[in-house]
Amino acid sequence: MDWPILSTITFLPLVGILALVLLRGEAAVVARNARYVALWTSIVTFALSLVLIGAFDTANPDYQFVEKVPWLPEYGINYHLGVDGISIFLLVLTTFLTPICVLASWDSIQSRVREYMIAFLAMEVLVVGVFCALDFVMFYIFFEGQLIPMFLIIGVWGGDRRVYSAFKFFLYTLVGSVLFLLAILYMYLQVGTTDIPTIAAHTFSREAQIWLWLALFASFAVKLPMWPFHTWLPDAHVEAPTAGSVILAGILLKMGGYGFIRFSLPMMPEASEFFTPFVFTLSVIAIVYTSLVALMQEDMKKLIAYSSVAHMGIVTIGIFTFTQQGIEGGIFQMLSHGIVSAALFLCVGVVYDREHTRAIAAYGGLVHRMPIYAVVFLVFTLASVGLPGTGGFVGEFLAVIGAFKANTWVATTALIGIILGAAYMLWLYRRVIFGELTKPNLKTITDLSWREIGVFVPLIGLTLFMGIYPKPILEVMHGSVTKLMTDSQLARVISPVGGDGLTPTIMIADER
Amino acid sequence: MAGFVAPDYLIALPEILLAGLACVFLMVGVFTGNRSTTPLTVASVAAMAIALALVLGFGGEKRTSFGDMFIVDTFTTFMKSLVLIGAGATLIMGLGYVRREGMNRFEFPVLIVFATLGMLLMISANDLMALYVGLELQSLSLYIVAAFRRDAVRSTEAGLKYFVLGALSSGLLLYGASMIYGFAGGTSFAAIAEGIKNYGAEGPPIGVLIGLVFIAAALAFKVSAVPFHMWTPDVYEGAPTPVTAFFSAAPKIAAVALLLRVVLGPFHEMVASWNQIIIFLSIASMAYAAFAAIGQRNIKRLLAYSSIGHVGYALVGLAAGSEEGVRGVLIYMAIYMVMTVGAFGAVLAMRQKGQMVEEIADLSGLGKTNPAMAAVVGIFMFSMAGIPPFAGFFGKLYVFLAAVNQGLYGLAIAGVLASVVGAYYYVRIVKVMYFDEPTEAFDRPVGRELTAVIAASGIITALFFAFPAPILQGAQAAAAALFP
Repeated sequence: MDWPILSTITFLPLVGILALVLLRGEAAVVARNARYVALWTSIVTFALSLVLIGAFDTANPDYQFVEKVPWLPEYGINYHLGVDGISIFLLVLTTFLTPICVLASWDSIQSRVREYMIAFLAMEVLVVGVFCALDFVMFYIFFEGQLIPMFLIIGVWGGDRRVYSAFKFFLYTLVGSVLFLLAILYMYLQVGTTDIPTIAAHTFSREAQIWLWLALFASFAVKLPMWPFHTWLPDAHVEAPTAGSVILAGILLKMGGYGFIRFSLPMMPEASEFFTPFVFTLSVIAIVYTSLVALMQEDMKKLIAYSSVAHMGIVTIGIFTFTQQGIEGGIFQMLSHGIVSAALFLCVGVVYDREHTRAIAAYGGLVHRMPIYAVVFLVFTLASVGLPGTGGFVGEFLAVIGAFKANTWVATTALIGIILGAAYMLWLYRRVIFGELTKPNLKTITDLSWREIGVFVPLIGLTLFMGIYPKPILEVMHGSVTKLMTDSQLARVISPVGGDGLTPTIMIADER
Repeated sequence: MAGFVAPDYLIALPEILLAGLACVFLMVGVFTGNRSTTPLTVASVAAMAIALALVLGFGGEKRTSFGDMFIVDTFTTFMKSLVLIGAGATLIMGLGYVRREGMNRFEFPVLIVFATLGMLLMISANDLMALYVGLELQSLSLYIVAAFRRDAVRSTEAGLKYFVLGALSSGLLLYGASMIYGFAGGTSFAAIAEGIKNYGAEGPPIGVLIGLVFIAAALAFKVSAVPFHMWTPDVYEGAPTPVTAFFSAAPKIAAVALLLRVVLGPFHEMVASWNQIIIFLSIASMAYAAFAAIGQRNIKRLLAYSSIGHVGYALVGLAAGSEEGVRGVLIYMAIYMVMTVGAFGAVLAMRQKGQMVEEIADLSGLGKTNPAMAAVVGIFMFSMAGIPPFAGFFGKLYVFLAAVNQGLYGLAIAGVLASVVGAYYYVRIVKVMYFDEPTEAFDRPVGRELTAVIAASGIITALFFAFPAPILQGAQAAAAALFP
């Protein structure tokens, strides 16, 4: 065991927090220094996570960079970290989006800058911790601890109805989480450890699986969010500051999908199979219903928030097909949505910073004054729609292939939802960017600054990269997903129904 | 008197020391008057520190003395340590308040020492009579300190209310004890256990059960579990703040210790009977406190409801009835003590223009006017709500672990759902501090000793997850003592 790189990545932002706490001086100086401290801390963390990718062994489907130290030995609880192909990119997505959030808040946050940056770095610690933790107690601490900084981010720096939204976010998520905690306690008492790989190898009785699955579902369905547990999301998004929405849409939602893949599928395979029609139903409703709702939104952030619910519906469909393509598509969709929705919220933030309104009706004809912005927005609109060549396409395509294998009706309805997605996104784009520039206050609006361009360039690059050459990313997750499909208990449950799901025949394997 | 054996005074040394010193302090106070209040307070804290050292030094294996009435084991060591730390910390915190707010009378520290002595006797009681003597010594001292600001209406009202209801509960206890004595044939815990066992398979007669119910009701009153909680909000609100802090830290722990000792000792055979009572008390306390606290405006009243809720969570562990459950209760109480001392420390620091304020609205914008204090109060609130990684989460984790292990799923689900409701009112305080616009800043400085206590409890609450071993191991050893 050499250098504990995962612990370093996880806890490095704490150093930044400490530095922020110790900053002294005049308010303006503290604010400026706080921004730089947060930016450099998050950039260094991101650089370290790139090192992690570089050192990741694609051929090994198991957990890598494992660190295991006894923490509460009387209870068999360890400090246990590790990443595999499923979690590593979610981790990198987190470290990638944090500096972007810091940059995006550079000018728009003027009050309590130091506390704001502390909250974001704390978020980074906790989210990275969630994706690394291989012990349930640790996982839960990281998972639940996020409520605190996110609650403060929404409530302190949010919009007019921030208090309502912050409470709604907090209590909704908490209800789901406490049931998850009881499930953890039950599993601990059955297995005698909270070690995630050990529990994944344990077979629970069918009845126990069903109760456990429901308890976990309560937590992940709220977090993801699935219809009808999604109502906190539009509120939270609308009121959160831009960077808060970016974190929320980019990363926090992914923890729900991650939870399904990491826990529900391998630990409760029978229950997962039992509940598949249920999940499909909710997902299909989510896709169609929230797409229709999105069509009618007058607030840009709310529209994108509803589109997130629809996209997450595709993720859950992909995951619960129990096919290689479906699960990989689900993960890929989470990654691309993490970038695309984050970028869309940043796009909203750009015009919000200038005009202080998110109402679609307040804009129009922006292309005349903001050509660069129009291009950037177009890229992400199309990526969100799932145009081939962008990251959104690959994920949706794989997930829908998986869905066709599992259930044609589900796949067909999901496709209808994707068409609706094109409708509301393109309509949004038309109303905001095209047309005549008639509104007097828009006549002086300025195009993107260099800092904003600097924020968007890496996001555009990544979206296109993921769309044009997804192989490196799929390759990394391939081993771990194959292991999930073949080695875990899931294989025993699905083998009689979907034998073709076991041999990775389509697409990825062929390409190789 | 051939069989007379001199009692083993050594094991009661902390109590003997406190009793002696309390009398000395009283004398010093009588002869020097109120100007010696501060030195006497410091001396009282020192006496408690020495008692703590003795408790820890002489703790360990189980020993009894005074004709089996007095017991010392790892359980008493743990609980006495908590009580002494809680009492000492609240006494230190209150120094500034006592000096400023017209409570500068030497009886205050002396009464607190007597109350603490009563609690130590309660914890070490191994006989219904010893139990009653300790309980009354504690209660009588507390009635007086609750009404210590005798010219303030609220304070005298609190003292009177506490006295009347407290006397009622003592009556219940005595009545229950007499029933038990009559049916089980003894007052010592060992004799009661023996008597109950002798009834054999068909179980003890109804008289024992009635006695048990009366004793449980009286003890539920002392720990302020619903439906015997009515006095708590009024007394907490009305009593002077340092007294309230003391109430929520020390007597509560002593009463929980007593409850554990009584139901698990003499009535161990009757698990099925008292278990239902405890489950009811637990669910009722958790749920009632969570809902009732939502509408509160006064921070002391809010913390009163919070303490009712916390007792409910602690009782979840007792309802499990296992060694693991008791360990959970002990961990919970230790963490609760730290959090509550810190929270009341923050209340003591709430002064505007030289006046104490206690409305939650007065905390508005504390995040801007005093970020350090706001951060610490925020930690206490999130911790009490049970949000990780703070200490309060671990307290809940261990009691629910025990409940799930005993198959009490309904209780566990009710508990976690109540904790979500409860989270609302804790988080509301964070909202007031961080989201609302600042009103008036609190006076500074808040005083060295107060800052030290708040900071210490804040650090313990925040960093418990990293260094849980001392409390976990202490609680483990203590719980083992109740399950021979």
